[in-house]
Amino acid sequence: MLIVKDLSVHYGVIQALKQVSVEVHEGEIVALIGANGAGKTTLLHAISGLVKHEGDILFLGNSLSKADSRAIVAAGITQVPEGRRIFPDMSVTENLLMGAYLRKDKAGIEEDMKMVFERFPRLQERKKQLAGTLSGGEQQMLAMGRALMAKPKLLLLDEPSMGLSPLLVKEIFSIITSINEQGTTVLLVEQNARMALQIADRAYVMETGKIVLSGTGEELSASEDIKKAYLGG
Amino acid sequence: MTQFLQQMINGLSLGSIYALVALGYTMVYGIIKLINFAHGDIYMLGAYIGFIVTTKLGLGFFPALVISMAGCALIGVTIERIAYKPLRNATRITALITAIGVSYFLEAGTQRVMGAGVQTFPNVLANETIMFGDVRISTQQIVIFSVTIVLMVALTFLVNKTKVGRAMRAVSVDPDAARLMGVNVDATISFTFAIGSALAGAAGVLVGLYYNSINPLMGMLPGIKAFIAAVFGGIGIIPGAMLGGFFIGVVETLVAGYWSSLWKDAVVYLILIVILIVKPAGLLGKNVKEKV
Repeated sequence: MLIVKDLSVHYGVIQALKQVSVEVHEGEIVALIGANGAGKTTLLHAISGLVKHEGDILFLGNSLSKADSRAIVAAGITQVPEGRRIFPDMSVTENLLMGAYLRKDKAGIEEDMKMVFERFPRLQERKKQLAGTLSGGEQQMLAMGRALMAKPKLLLLDEPSMGLSPLLVKEIFSIITSINEQGTTVLLVEQNARMALQIADRAYVMETGKIVLSGTGEELSASEDIKKAYLGG
Repeated sequence: MTQFLQQMINGLSLGSIYALVALGYTMVYGIIKLINFAHGDIYMLGAYIGFIVTTKLGLGFFPALVISMAGCALIGVTIERIAYKPLRNATRITALITAIGVSYFLEAGTQRVMGAGVQTFPNVLANETIMFGDVRISTQQIVIFSVTIVLMVALTFLVNKTKVGRAMRAVSVDPDAARLMGVNVDATISFTFAIGSALAGAAGVLVGLYYNSINPLMGMLPGIKAFIAAVFGGIGIIPGAMLGGFFIGVVETLVAGYWSSLWKDAVVYLILIVILIVKPAGLLGKNVKEKV
């Protein structure tokens, strides 16, 4: 579904990504794990068209290398960015409408809004509230709901567990699994490798701008190197 | 009491004009954090477009208002595309100095094309005086105030209730997040310039009508006053600019009426200084701390 081939990104003289190749198949949850600064977020930004890059990105057979962020959303890739990046001065409902920005089908938007509220009942209770006043977990749910409003085929999630309590992390991850089961492919960036590998079909490990390892979730969970480096022995 | 009411009415008319100009300042600042010092000159161009439309084309007040707003919107977008867009990622001081340059360019350009002297803005609306007891209100004042209120209501609706308004608010807080929603950030910024400039254009026509005289440097002082009005209300905050505009207008006329017109500017600047000391974010501004 998504094929990233030899992707390189430079920030000035610093090379953040060095010829990274990643593949995501339809229906999968693919995890991208690695330490801070390994280039995971940069890779998602490149896929979403926020940073300039060399190399090719193919989505459903079409090259997205020249596409702008708008065309990429329209093609079916939506990102839940790191740190949620919800719009704090807008109500919950307005944030969700922002997610549906490129859609014109009013009836469909309304239906999906209901679907999001069913998935996240707490958002429905707070739908008129300003998003900036929500708790961290609610903001993460809002960010995910907002992304779902675009009806993505591929959902990019950047550090959805960041700053959340263990209980909430569990909840968020079970939501990710259920979103995936309902037909949305997921590419998940996480520092919480243990949780990510548990739900991922396949995973890639990144270090200093390169993919150093890949395999199924179970393989990587069992690997001694991974245990030592990312799972705390 | 009569004099006070009279001054309030005069103040609200003047304040309408400041408020319309202040809105453009605040909207542009809100979306790209640029103090567009050329904004006062857009207002001046609005007056000149109104002047040309009424004298050369012989059209009435409302066509002049609409054409001037459209013309200023176009000029505003053109300036943004040519002068500010290439500097989007430059330091803010670069863009600020460019704005000052654009301001001089517009003033000198207008002097070259239209002449440096004062022109008489024709009386395109019958000006009658209505007496309420001893308080006199001119029909012009009523027109100025009503046009301003209508434009403010329309703007508030646009920003708060429409899709493009949501996009404007999204871009102003987080352009990259807006991009991830599929918002065309460049188009949204241009649109914001268009709306802000159109409001300045309307103010230009209204002031021409009110004072009957226009000149190429007429935008300088009202531009600064409108900027103060925007800061007073909290720059980047739309209701703040409306409030600030009316407030500055009323203060000015009250000072001129009760004390001396020589002091009105000084008092306005004094208020700005006090506000910046007491409430640096402006009257409606808040220092928001968000959860992350």
